[in-house]
This record gives sequence, C-alpha cells and structure tokens, in this order.
Amino acid sequence: MKKKAKKYNDATVVNSKLIRRPIQRWFPLFVLPTFICFIIGFVWPFIQGIYLSFCTFNVPKDAKWVGMDNYVKAFSDASFGHAFWNTAGFAVISILVINLFAFAIAYALTQNMAGANLFRTVFFMPNLIGGVVLGYIWSMIFDAILKKYDTYLTANATYGFWGLVILVAWQQIGYMMIIYIAGLQAVPGDMLEAARIDGANNWQTLTRIIIPNIMSSVTICTFLTLTNSFKMFDQNLALTGGAPSVIMNGAKVNMTELLALNIYSTYNINKNWHGVAQAKAVVFFLLVAVLAIAQLTATRSKEVQQ
Amino acid sequence: MKRKLLSLLLVAALPLSLMTGCGDSGNTSGNSSSGTNDSAQTSDNSQTTDNAAADSNASAGGGSVYYLNFKPEADAAWQQLAAEYTSQTGVSVKVVTAASGTYSDTLTAEMAKSDAPTLYNIGNMSGLNDWNDYALDLSGTAIYDERVNDDYVLFDETGAPKALGYCYESFGIIVNKALLDKAGYSLDDITDFASLKDVADDIHARAGELGFDAFSAPGLDGSSSWRFSGHLANVPLFYEFRDDNVTEQPATITGAYLDNFRNIWDLYITDTAATPTSLATSTGDESEAEFGNAKAVFYQNGDWEFSNLTGNFGMSADDIAMIPIYCGVAGEEKAGLNSGTENCWAVNSQASDENIQATLDFMYWVVTSDEGTSMLAEQFSGIPFKNAKDSANVFGANAKAYASAGNYTLSWAFNHTPNVDSWRATVVTALATYSADPSDANWDAVVQAFVDGWAIEYTAENG
Amino acid sequence: MKNSNHSIGDTILTVLFTLICIVWIIPIVAVLINSFKSNDFVNTNAFALPNSESFVGLANYVKGVTFGNYPFVKALGFSLLITIASVALILLFTSMTAWYITRVNSTFSKIFYYLCLFSMIVPFQMVMFTLTFTADQLKLNTPYTIPVVYLGFGAGMAIFMFVGFIKGIPLEVEEAVAIDGGGPVCTFFLVILPMLKPTLISVGILETMWVLNDYLLPYLVLDRTKYMTIPILVQYLKGSYGSVDLGATMAVIMLSIIPTIILYLLCQKHIIKGVAAGAVKG
Repeated sequence: MKKKAKKYNDATVVNSKLIRRPIQRWFPLFVLPTFICFIIGFVWPFIQGIYLSFCTFNVPKDAKWVGMDNYVKAFSDASFGHAFWNTAGFAVISILVINLFAFAIAYALTQNMAGANLFRTVFFMPNLIGGVVLGYIWSMIFDAILKKYDTYLTANATYGFWGLVILVAWQQIGYMMIIYIAGLQAVPGDMLEAARIDGANNWQTLTRIIIPNIMSSVTICTFLTLTNSFKMFDQNLALTGGAPSVIMNGAKVNMTELLALNIYSTYNINKNWHGVAQAKAVVFFLLVAVLAIAQLTATRSKEVQQ
Repeated sequence: MKRKLLSLLLVAALPLSLMTGCGDSGNTSGNSSSGTNDSAQTSDNSQTTDNAAADSNASAGGGSVYYLNFKPEADAAWQQLAAEYTSQTGVSVKVVTAASGTYSDTLTAEMAKSDAPTLYNIGNMSGLNDWNDYALDLSGTAIYDERVNDDYVLFDETGAPKALGYCYESFGIIVNKALLDKAGYSLDDITDFASLKDVADDIHARAGELGFDAFSAPGLDGSSSWRFSGHLANVPLFYEFRDDNVTEQPATITGAYLDNFRNIWDLYITDTAATPTSLATSTGDESEAEFGNAKAVFYQNGDWEFSNLTGNFGMSADDIAMIPIYCGVAGEEKAGLNSGTENCWAVNSQASDENIQATLDFMYWVVTSDEGTSMLAEQFSGIPFKNAKDSANVFGANAKAYASAGNYTLSWAFNHTPNVDSWRATVVTALATYSADPSDANWDAVVQAFVDGWAIEYTAENG
Repeated sequence: MKNSNHSIGDTILTVLFTLICIVWIIPIVAVLINSFKSNDFVNTNAFALPNSESFVGLANYVKGVTFGNYPFVKALGFSLLITIASVALILLFTSMTAWYITRVNSTFSKIFYYLCLFSMIVPFQMVMFTLTFTADQLKLNTPYTIPVVYLGFGAGMAIFMFVGFIKGIPLEVEEAVAIDGGGPVCTFFLVILPMLKPTLISVGILETMWVLNDYLLPYLVLDRTKYMTIPILVQYLKGSYGSVDLGATMAVIMLSIIPTIILYLLCQKHIIKGVAAGAVKG
C-alpha cells in the first residue's frame, strides 16, 4: 500500500489512476443509458427537425427537399408575424407585472410579518397546477365575470390577451416571489444595520442597499419570465386557443395566438404545412436561443461587477 | 478488455450489475441499490408485456381490421358489431373512435404509426386531397358494387373512386307540429321564406301568451355553432355553386346568396327567446332542450337528432317533421332538405395486402349481413346500399318524400369548404359580433369571413 | 412610540395580505363551489354559492369520474405512473452521468455536457414533431416506455444541476474509498449519492412539476386511443364539441388538483427550497 501511495504524489495522477480510470470502465453503466435516451429524446429529433424544415413531408419517411421554401412561406405568413408581436407584447407586460408584484410581496413577507409563512404557501400554490387545468379554470371565471357585461372571453382579442396576463401572473408570481425572498434573505444584515444607523429611511434602504444587492435575483426572474412567456403554450391553448380568428389585411389571424401555439396550429392545417411549421419552429428556436444567450451574458457581467 | 466486456454484459442486466458492482469492493450493504433495482425491473417487465401484446395482435390470422371511427355517437354500436364479426369469422376488428372534434388530429397521428388504421373516414374532397396517397382505389371491389348510386362517392382527379359514403344525412328546420297547431298554423302554411317569416314573427310576438317562442336559441358556442357555420352556410353555398356549375372545390366564392343567408339568420336571432348578446356562449344542449321541452317551434338541426328528441325528450314521432331551410331564393317552394354525407369509408392503401383484404371483407359484411344492415338502419337515417333496411327515422322519411315529390335536394356544398374548421371559426367570430350588434358594418365582416376567408383558406390548403 | 407605530403598520399589512390571499384562492374556491352545482347553474351564475335548487351533492363527482369515453381513474393512474417512473429514471441516471462527466475529464464528457447545456435552451416546439415520429417507431408511445423520452428530453437540466453540485464535492472522500479498494459503483451509491440529497430533492421536485403537468409531450407521443394523462383528459373535456357538462368538468378539475395540493402541503418546505435552489442554478 505504502509503496503505491508514493507513486501518486501528483494530485492529477491520483485522480486519473484512482478515480478516472475505474469510472471510465463503467461508462456503459454511468453514461450509456442517459446518452442513448438523450440521443433519442433530443439529439436525433433536433437534427431531423433542422433537416425537415427544408422539406415538405407528411411523415418523415416521405420528405422531399424544397430548400428555403418553408422559410419563405413562414415569413410571409401574416399570422406568424402577428403571433410574434403578440408574444413580444405579452412578454414585456407579463415581465413587468409578475416581477413588480412578486418583488413587492417578497419584500413585505420578509418584514417579519405575522402569518408570512401562510401567505407564502398560498401565493406559491397556483404554480403546481398544470397549464391546461389553469386555462380551463380561468376561462370559466372570465366568462362568468364577462357574462355580467353581456360579453365573453373570446369576443375580442383584448380580453383574451389580458386574461392570459392575469392567468400567468396568478401562476408565476408565487414562483418569482420565492426567488426574491431567497435573494432578500441573502442581503447582508450588517449593511442593513449600517444603513439604519446612518439614518437612512425605508425607501433609501430599499433603493440603495436592497435592490443593488438582489440584482442577481432580478436578472434570474426577468429572464425566467421572459423565456416562460416566449415558450407559453398550454395556458394559451386552454384559455382561448387563439380565438377569435378574423380576417385582417387579407390574411387570417388568430388574434390571441402566441408563437408556440401558432407553430402547432400551422402544423395542423394539413400536410402541406408540416414543413412550414417545422421551419417556424427553427426560427422560434433561434429566437429563444438568442434570448437565452443574452441572459447568460447579462448574468456573467453582473457576476463580474460583484 | 475482459472487464469492459463484463461491464457491458452487466448493463444488459442493470439490477444485477449494481449488486455485483458493490460486491467487488467487498461491501455488501446497499440500501440505495435495492431501491433502484425495483424501478429498473418494473420498467423492464412492462416493456415485455407490451411486446407480448403486440405479438398476439399480429398473430391473429391472415389479416386484421383497424377501423378509426368518426362518429362518437355510433361508437358503441360499432364496437358491438366488430365483436360480432370477430366471433363469426375470427378476424380481429379493432374500432377506435376519436373524441369529438379531434378526428383529423387523431387520423394524422394514427396514420404516422406503424399500426395504422386500415379503414378510416374521409369527410369531403379536401379530406380526400389530404389522404389520397393513403386511399385505395375501390373500383371493382365487392363493397363498391353494393352502392345504389354515385351521389355519395368521392372520386379523385383521375376519376378513381377512393371513398364510399356509408350513410347520408339530412338537415333542415325541425318543426314541432303540435306547437305549430296550438299557434294556429300548419305545415302547409310554410312554403317559402316569406311565409316562414310571417309564421315565426307572429309566434314570437305572441310568445308570452303562447308559452313558447318561434326558434330555439341559435347559440354560437362551439357545441352549437357548426349548425350555422356549417349547415346553414350550405344554403348560400349550394345556390351559388348551382348557378355557377361548380363541381370541384373552387378557389374563390362570390357570396352571391349571402343576403339570403342574412335573411334567415336575422329571423333566427330575432324570433327567439334568447337575447342577442347571450348567443355567443349559448350551447347546443340549451338549444336542444328548448325545443325538446316544447319551448320553441323551430329548431335547425339534422336527422341525427331524431333519437334524442324521441328518446331523451320523449317527443312523439308524429309531432315532429323536418322542412327545408327557406331564405328567400327564387323557386325555393320546390326546395327539399339538405342531404349529403361526410361519412365516407376509405381503405388505407398502404396497409398490408392481408389487412386490406380483411378490411374489404368486413365492409362487405357490414352492408350485406343481417347484423350489419340492422345496425346501420338503427344508427343512421339514410344508407346508400342495395340491401339497406328501412330506418324508423321520420326525418329521413321527410327527405325521401321531398325528393320523390320532385323537389330538388340541396347537396352538401359545404363539403368543398377549404380548411373547414379554420374557415368556420372565422365565420363564427363574425356571426357572433353581428348577432350582438346587427349593423351593416358587422354584416360586412361576415361577408368578408365567408368570401375572403374562403380564398385565404383555399390558398392555405392548396398552397 | 416607534414600536407601537410598527405594530399598527404590521397589523394593517397582515390584514391586507389576508385579503389578498383570499382573492388569490378565489379561482380554486370557484371550481370547488361549481363542482357541487348542476350544469345549468354553473352556466348562469358561476360565483353564486350552491343553494337548495342548484346543489347536486356529489353527483358531479360521480359523473365526472365516468365522464366521456375515458375513465378518470385510468388517466390519474397513468399520470402518476409516468411521473414517478420518469422522475426516478431521471434522478438515477442523470446523477450517475453527472458524476462521470465531472470526474472523467474527457472530450466526450465535455461535448456531452455542452450538448446538455444546449438542450436546455431548445424549446419543445423545435423537436416535437420529429420526437413524435421517433418515439412511435421505437414504441415509446406507452406510459411504460415514455419515461425514456422524458429522460432524454429532461436530461439536460438535471445533469447541469448535478454537475454544479458535484463540482463542489472534494475529491479526498472518493480517493479514500478508492484506496480502500471500493469500485466506482460502490463509491457512487454509498458515498456520492447520499451527499447529493439536497440536489436530488430540488431536481426531483422541478422534474415532478414538469412531468406531472406536461400536456403537449404525452399528447403527441402517447397512443391516445389507449392512454391519457390528466392534462390530456382535461383538454379533451374542454375541446370536445357536443355537450359539455360544466359541473362534472369542475369536479374532474377539482379531483385532478387535490392530489397536487395535498402533496404541496405535505412537502411544502422542500418544494419551496427546491424551487429557490433550482432557479439560482438555472
């Protein structure tokens, strides 16, 4: 034993001989199952998805290469543009609404308030209910309210749009609140103490000490709400399903449709649109990827500042 | 090398490998490994049971039938008939019914699967365009020769019969004759739009005193709106196509008869107990109950309602009748009911030869055997096969009576509607807006949804 | 003086939040109320409490579980089966893979890790059509085999979170076990896995929330003629033409959220911690 130990004076050698090699031998157990599933569940569908966005197809086996046709069609489809602006507007509004409320609630709950734990439990609860069920619940509620004014949820796009904002606010405020609470609890106590001794009022403490200290939580929540809004599907489908649909500038548009739902309904038009839907999905992916990379960069730069 | 091989072998039996792995080290206490053991084993087991099930399916003889049924209301009857066929012939017949409103989704999904339907439903020409590659040319088959005429057959562009209607249906305005009588009228008083309007207006005006109104609510909720965006829309489409000799799906329509459509729609939303603003959310059930419970004299729907009205609501078959939808078109005194089908059988041409043969045999048996024809007569009002039994459906009889009296049948022009669900959704939105506020500007939106919507959906479907 | 001021402010705040919380649970209360009313009354006035005329007792629940052409209990069973199997599979395999990736610093490990990161930013819409075909070809369209798809599509985030944690585990412990002659399998299950407990809980909760409520993936992948999950069943109730019994539907919704709420109340602490931890990492 001792003789061997002498040879392993270098830490990396120890690592490689004692840890790395034996683990590597177990590659088939440790990695292979995950890797195979990963190929099946992600890598292959992804590659095939890129390929099929350049084809017309009903099922993949009868795919025919058509080059950029699908992309041209996707971009000339008015409903896609409308869905994009819908999504962008929806994202901006829901980011503001959710984060303002989530932060305000988190701030209040961290002020040693009586019953704070109970309140936290209640606020978080909607998060556990699935999007489809949420959509159903809220469409019932909105219709019941609007009925008193002799109208209904899908009567016009404004109701559907704000309905969706209310729904996701109700669903996500609790989640973001949890993140803000974690951030607020990590604000160094001595800084708050120092501010109090210096005679700072609550507002000054909030803006000068607390907010700068929880910027990482703000970044996380902003980008979580951003990507959530962009990927929104279940709630959109279950609440309005895109209705009402109208003819606008010579094109048919589902007024409350967001991007993800637009891709889905494009696919369901008929087989001529399968390729276009896949092309839209690729565009959608690029869009989400750009947002995610922006998030990474922003988080990195924040970390550097601290 | 040896160990590599060994570990590969061990992975094949994962639960074992965890034990041996720990055994190597001489350390045999392994709480965590026994836990993982279980879950791995369960998923292994279930996989084998599933395979076994698939095997037994495949080994059930020369060929088998998988019928993707379109009509949820006939599901039980088909299941029973399939079981009967299997017990007589030993050929396995699987009947799957798509939940209502999801048929085309389900068909698309099922067709992509390895175990695809062998028999399925094509609703209309645009459905045939979608599925032509998967539809067998039926000419020369025994089942095809059983048809009475070509009215309910869909032909592809080469003229090959690809889908065969197995039932046809009629719709129009269902009338409660007993109530009509109470109001002092009879069916003979209604011969065209003007007379229909007179009767309906009068009944609506006296609704308080009579205790019932003219029309049941023309609700535009998803459970009801197809009666108007589909069926009622057939009337202007039919007349337009008749004038223009349209026999194939046109790329554009003119909307020449939309003023007539407005006539009848205005009548529906005026001479009814429902308030205009409630129509958008009013359901098909409500409308049916209104008529079934004798609160309305007129109810636009089809012959499939017969069993509900006589069964659930206990109406007497003698008290109900179906009349044409009049809307102020010249010569409409000679109109009949709207008859057609969106129930055409297509055989999956990509299925194996044994399965195709088994499917054709099954279809032939359904339209010729005693069990099959009885079931068809019970479930459907019109059956376009030589050996069809008479149906008890009064409305079906009404349709035949109009036809034999020389009235023209309004064929189902709406079968040409491109991208039909999407087109209808737009029409319904516009109709709902118009119904809440019947202004000319809002009617223009309805016209736009009809005419421009048609062109847009045509491009979407074919482009 | 200042103290009493504070407590008055506190009381006002507490009262205010009590009111907000009551508003917050109105949607769920509305479902509960309507699940005891007959269909007509849900339609006419959804917010009215049940009265002698509209109250139907448990009739909606009885009808709800036998609603449509798919039994509720079956959908619930499949939902639970898929969730438990998928999450167990994900936790076991991705933690093993994450350990491998962290400890074996090969090109393969790096590529796999970056692929995992990459997969986290790919929206499901990008792969959903093709995944459906692949899953069908490989017979992954049953509740018993769909966990493979979940492992594949969900591996990215889980591996990312596990790697983040394992990086912080000092090598010394593993070396000690190795010097004592323990194989890697033993090291992992006896030493590493117990240390991963907090991350296992976080990942487990995030994945459970995802799989249990997921609609589109099982909707597209599963053979819907045989298998449905709760979200699919609910969407079918809403989506179907023809008659919709709102009362019974509310009962179904209530039944579908009750297990979630119970689970939440039982492991609230873990769930909230898990969410906070997961968010900070993600």
